Amino acid sequence: MASSNLATFAGAIAQGDIAVVDLTHTLTPEFPTIVMPPELGQCAPFRMEEVSRYDERGGAWYWNNISMGEHTGTHFDAPVHWISGKDLPHNSVDTIPPGDFIAPAVVIDISKQSAKNSDYELTVADIEAWEKQHGRIPSRNWVLLRTDWSKRSGREYVNMQEDGQHTPGPCPKAVRFLVEERDVHGLGTETIGTDAGQAFHFNPPYPAHYYMHGKGRYGLQCLTNLDLLPPTGAVILAAPLKIRRGSGSPLRVLALVPRSAA
Amino acid sequence: MTEPLVRPKRKNPLKKTRVPLLPQGVRSRTALGLTEAAAEGRFRLQVCADCAAVIYPPRDACPRCLSARLPFRDVDNRGTLLAETTIRTSTDVYFRERMPWRIGTVQLDAGPSIVAHLHGDLREGERTRLALKLDKSGQAIAMALPAEDTPNMADDPQWRELTCDPKFRRVLITDGRTAVGQALAEACSKAGASVVFVGIADPWKPFPGEEKLRKLERVEIVALDLTDTISVNECAGEYAPRVDILINTAEYVRTGGIIERKGLTVAREELEVRYFGLTRLAQSFGPVLRARGADGVNSAAAFVNLLSVYALANWPAYGAFSATEAACLSAAQSLRAELRPGGVKVLNVFFGPLETEWYQAVPPPKVAPSALANATVRALQQGLEDVFVGDIAEDIRARLAVSPKALERELGS
Ligand SMILES: [Zn+2]
Repeated sequence: MASSNLATFAGAIAQGDIAVVDLTHTLTPEFPTIVMPPELGQCAPFRMEEVSRYDERGGAWYWNNISMGEHTGTHFDAPVHWISGKDLPHNSVDTIPPGDFIAPAVVIDISKQSAKNSDYELTVADIEAWEKQHGRIPSRNWVLLRTDWSKRSGREYVNMQEDGQHTPGPCPKAVRFLVEERDVHGLGTETIGTDAGQAFHFNPPYPAHYYMHGKGRYGLQCLTNLDLLPPTGAVILAAPLKIRRGSGSPLRVLALVPRSAA
Repeated sequence: MTEPLVRPKRKNPLKKTRVPLLPQGVRSRTALGLTEAAAEGRFRLQVCADCAAVIYPPRDACPRCLSARLPFRDVDNRGTLLAETTIRTSTDVYFRERMPWRIGTVQLDAGPSIVAHLHGDLREGERTRLALKLDKSGQAIAMALPAEDTPNMADDPQWRELTCDPKFRRVLITDGRTAVGQALAEACSKAGASVVFVGIADPWKPFPGEEKLRKLERVEIVALDLTDTISVNECAGEYAPRVDILINTAEYVRTGGIIERKGLTVAREELEVRYFGLTRLAQSFGPVLRARGADGVNSAAAFVNLLSVYALANWPAYGAFSATEAACLSAAQSLRAELRPGGVKVLNVFFGPLETEWYQAVPPPKVAPSALANATVRALQQGLEDVFVGDIAEDIRARLAVSPKALERELGS
């Protein structure tokens, strides 16, 4: 039975009955990384050094050496990334059960609120309103927060002011609600972090990191194309690189969307 | 008075770019004492330690008393132009292109007479100041200047051949985020550069001084990230043929020695910004600079390195930083030899702690960014190779000359 289901599934992808939506930004040197105060350690941006390009450094082949941080570009956060998840079992990218890399997703759209207010915080009321329309969030679903932030670039994307970054994200209560009341799989955002730009000043600071990773759940950030996903019904493929004791990794994030829903 | 230089027209794209040729000259090791003096803009000749005779040309024994103790010392540079000649033909390929060329014999008040290149405002029989300068091949030559400054004297073609004056040249400041980068943009603009390109990395990150920088006359912001090979290559692809003076203002100042740094993240970033940044600039801009060393009034002239004086001797309080600066100094020495065939100078500007936030805990004296910028522009106008800015830099250089070992212990205690 399982094998025939899989064949049907592969056929549906081949025929376009299931659309594959790429939620990944291209890795480029210019893509912003999270900014820490300059005296602290920094996340390395993506870099590429040509090894050879059909030239004297290697005659018939083209290849590059690349370097970056674990949290550069579109990337996955493992529970060990945060101090609240440091002692959990299977908390790094190499030990997370591979089945967790495939999970359904709901998309909560706060793009209108975010357009008006860069510091918009997703509330429990927002989630309840969404559930009134689309039903209760099933357990072990990714919650993808659509803000349309990925349509911005450069300064508007990072939105760095004198008092830090101003980008939307969830308030502490909303994160707790998602983790404790809805048992979500993780949180995915279009911004540089799963947390709001000003989340350092929240209580606790960086609640999305603190609560999600504290319960062994995951994060996806710098996603794009969330506007192409239905509120419910998409399945996310998000498998980070298998880095020993890795806290996260850049990755390709794909969404499978039934054509009727897209 | 010197005919004022006119801003060069845009280049005729059908005209071949002149290949840089160099004046000949291989000097003895002793004569390199003149090169050292010229590199720093000093007027130094050998002075016999036994009979005080001032000696020129450099020798290994005093012609008066045969003493071998002939150190180079600062000497009064004033004298009289006894005779002048204008060379109108030459078999030397370098001078053939630059005819007519005036030379003359100067009788120094200090004793010797010296054959010198002549500034256009100086006439036979007049009083003169002699300067030791580095010619296009990096050899020391003497240039006789009018006793008093004359109008537009820096525009004299024979003088300009020996200097890297930013006037009517196109300058690239590689990092405009720093206080020094911004001060240099302003200083080069004031010195008459035709355009000052200023590199900015991570344009999504605002920075202090941005508004003022953007308003500076003839300043043009360009995308340039020295830690990104692709970015440096793209910037060079677009701008290298229009850069006559490159000033690398990249800085990365962090405290701490080698042991107390935990891991390599900071050290790697330090090397990316400084050593690899310099390497990237050299690889992408160097070949074009070298090919354009004789490209008229706005020929490629200089590659400028701003170096901490602790490149010369490690200061363990900033130990890892000093090590990176030493790597940059070593690279600059290689670069100097590599750019010399193009007649392009490498200017190393050494300085101690700056009046900036990264030296906040260091007591004065510290160098203000504007002072460093002005000294750099002056060094370009003088065609120098090595310049020491501020008390700390001069002090370190002097102590190093006396005893490298003593300096090492003093800096480390
Ligand atoms: Zn003597």
